[in-house]
Amino acid sequence: MIDKKRLSHLKQLEAESIYILREVAAQFENPVMMYSIGKDSSVMLHLAMKAFFPGKPPFPLLHVDTLWKFKEMIEFRDKRVKELGVELIVHTNPEGIKMNINPFVHGSKLHTDIMKTQALKQALNRGKFDAVIGGARRDEEKSRAKERIFSFRDKFHRWDPKNQRPELWNIYNTKINKGESVRVFPLSNWTELDIWQYIYLENIPIVPLYFAKERSIVEIEGAKIMVDDERMPIHLRKKAKIEKVRFRTLGCYPLTGAISSNAQTLPEIIQEMLLSRNSEREGRIIDKDQEGSMEKKKIEGYF
Amino acid sequence: MSKNLAATNIEQYLKEHENKELLRLITCGSVDDGKSTLIGRLLYDSKTILEDQLIAVKRESKKYGTSNEEIDFALLVDGLQSEREQGITIDVAYRFFSTDRRKYIIADTPGHEQYTRNMVTGASTANLAVILIDARKGVLTQTKRHTYIASLLGIKHIVVAINKMDIVGYSKDVYENIKKDYLQIYEKLTKSLKKSKDSIHTIDFIPISALKGDNVVQKSTNMQWYEGKALLEYLDTIEISKDINQKDFRFPVQYVNRPNLDFRGFAGTIASGSVKVKDEITVLPSGKKSRIKEIILPSIGSSSELVSIQEAFAPMAITLTLEDEIDISRGDIIAHSKDCLTTSDSIVAMIVWMDEKPLELGVEYEIKRATTSLNAIFEEIIFKKDINSWEEIKTDSLELNEIGKCRLSLTKEIACDPYNKIKGTGSFIVIDKITNHTVAAGLIIDATNSDKKKRVYTEAEIELNRYIRKHFPEWRCISIEEKT
Repeated sequence: MIDKKRLSHLKQLEAESIYILREVAAQFENPVMMYSIGKDSSVMLHLAMKAFFPGKPPFPLLHVDTLWKFKEMIEFRDKRVKELGVELIVHTNPEGIKMNINPFVHGSKLHTDIMKTQALKQALNRGKFDAVIGGARRDEEKSRAKERIFSFRDKFHRWDPKNQRPELWNIYNTKINKGESVRVFPLSNWTELDIWQYIYLENIPIVPLYFAKERSIVEIEGAKIMVDDERMPIHLRKKAKIEKVRFRTLGCYPLTGAISSNAQTLPEIIQEMLLSRNSEREGRIIDKDQEGSMEKKKIEGYF
Repeated sequence: MSKNLAATNIEQYLKEHENKELLRLITCGSVDDGKSTLIGRLLYDSKTILEDQLIAVKRESKKYGTSNEEIDFALLVDGLQSEREQGITIDVAYRFFSTDRRKYIIADTPGHEQYTRNMVTGASTANLAVILIDARKGVLTQTKRHTYIASLLGIKHIVVAINKMDIVGYSKDVYENIKKDYLQIYEKLTKSLKKSKDSIHTIDFIPISALKGDNVVQKSTNMQWYEGKALLEYLDTIEISKDINQKDFRFPVQYVNRPNLDFRGFAGTIASGSVKVKDEITVLPSGKKSRIKEIILPSIGSSSELVSIQEAFAPMAITLTLEDEIDISRGDIIAHSKDCLTTSDSIVAMIVWMDEKPLELGVEYEIKRATTSLNAIFEEIIFKKDINSWEEIKTDSLELNEIGKCRLSLTKEIACDPYNKIKGTGSFIVIDKITNHTVAAGLIIDATNSDKKKRVYTEAEIELNRYIRKHFPEWRCISIEEKT
């Protein structure tokens, strides 16, 4: 009988995340959930739908649109939001629009800073959100392993890794003063494999870019960049070749490298992941700028 | 192993891996005990570390390396830049790996004395503690400290990993002596805590070399005399399903879900025990009774659009509806009427102080216990525990990293359990009302009614109290008069 009353690791992770989401809804005045359209966001949204069933999540989703996301991501976003009947806020940095920021011209660092980091700060200031739910996982990057599930940010959205509140049991300190906020990471204890297994088990919709397909690809500094629109400079587009690829992570198309793959189903993706010897962040160009670079970005306010 | 199955039959692999167990463990040891090396070895040998991460570590090994080996495993594990430069870990970090049987979450905490706070934090969620002992040094003061904290936090399984066996020539005698010494201190500990020995379910010993890989993942050929399992196999097979209390049903109400006028559900996570539809329940502290109407646990998207279930158990996150309309809010606890818990406005608890600013008697702090928030005053520090000698010392203050037994008076009655019985309803954090910092962790020992233990006040004291309350209401002085 005892064996029957046992939750599998995925069900335990699910229960833990639902608890965290409910805690946010119960303890904060004005929470928001970051929605990046990626697989982790898809899982998080699914968990939020479960947590507040038969109601809807009592907080809106926030997408920081850099205007350089894959077209399929935006289509997917709008479709999901409509299907589920949840509220979505989309924010783009108006100064970035004025400056016509272009990662091909200005590089990844400036683009990320203006269209992501600054844009996020603007959106959070504008919305006066006191809790911001994000899909980051501790297994993604070394500096994340030490971050709390409820991670305190000062008035300037800064994270102080040396001055974190101790976090015990499942009792989260949600007290903040006006202007301060908390970043909340309900997927902290999930690994990439857990995410994929859960998507498979629960039949969660994800952006088709995760599945292998023949796509128009240009090699730029060793990364396989997909030609998603005409904004890619013509001299690069001319070099495009058709390759069977898929994406392990999604972001701005000029900054997100694809991998050669034949995986067209979820089990095939999981199989490929299990047999692969590279981590998912490998395709992300921003991480490699410098050692400990995520840690620096986070102290500056990057999610 | 699993990789083969993943390659040949992924569907089958996924089926088998749907039902893994989750084991949370904490590793205790100091910088020199090779703790990071052990964790790095577990991650590396279980193939959790991938090629690109390994290349990055190899690059960094050259820059920061403290090991002569090609890969400095500690660097895989130590995250933050400033810490790496100091060559030590300073906070709790969480690591993940999995085998065919289990998913593991490791809370990696440093072993320095000043970081008791971190170990308590890591231990709070752990099922199991790996206590590292350097074979050359044997049982040290820090070993006693680690054992005490593991036992205080109610960890049910202790594995003593005697490390660096390669340096002591894989000697059986060294291992046996350390084992004997450890069991001796453990005996002393249970006596000093007046605990029954079975409060920790298992204690086992494994001789290892984290650096060379002996008895970590593979059984060592260098220690034929050791008949037990290698550490990983041990972790994979230890019985943990009995660790959760499945007897007493406790449901702290977390969120009242009212999407429309027709639905009123109480969302929360079961802290212990199990519940069935139609069960008679009592809501505490109000004492109101009703029956369970529905247990909602939606399975959205999957083939069977099931919404409610007949029975739920810890640690499921569910939503309950009741047959009667009674007033229930966040912070209330739902329990079976037949085995209810007591409510009280005075508790005795072990307190681990975690803030630079010491504990102050008579000052109001905020307490968060499960989903209940309330104010409390520390009335008395019964004693302070020296975590190295396990002596009880009289004191009137607790400082950073000190542990003491305290009496607290609460501004309202709450229903609670002793921590040893039910962690979820017997644990709390203490928050400073001005800085909002989490300043302490509390483990409830006793929630007997305040009346018996309350101090008897003199007439003069009662009059003074009355005078203050009447003329200085802005001081928010609490009444000391008996409620009749």
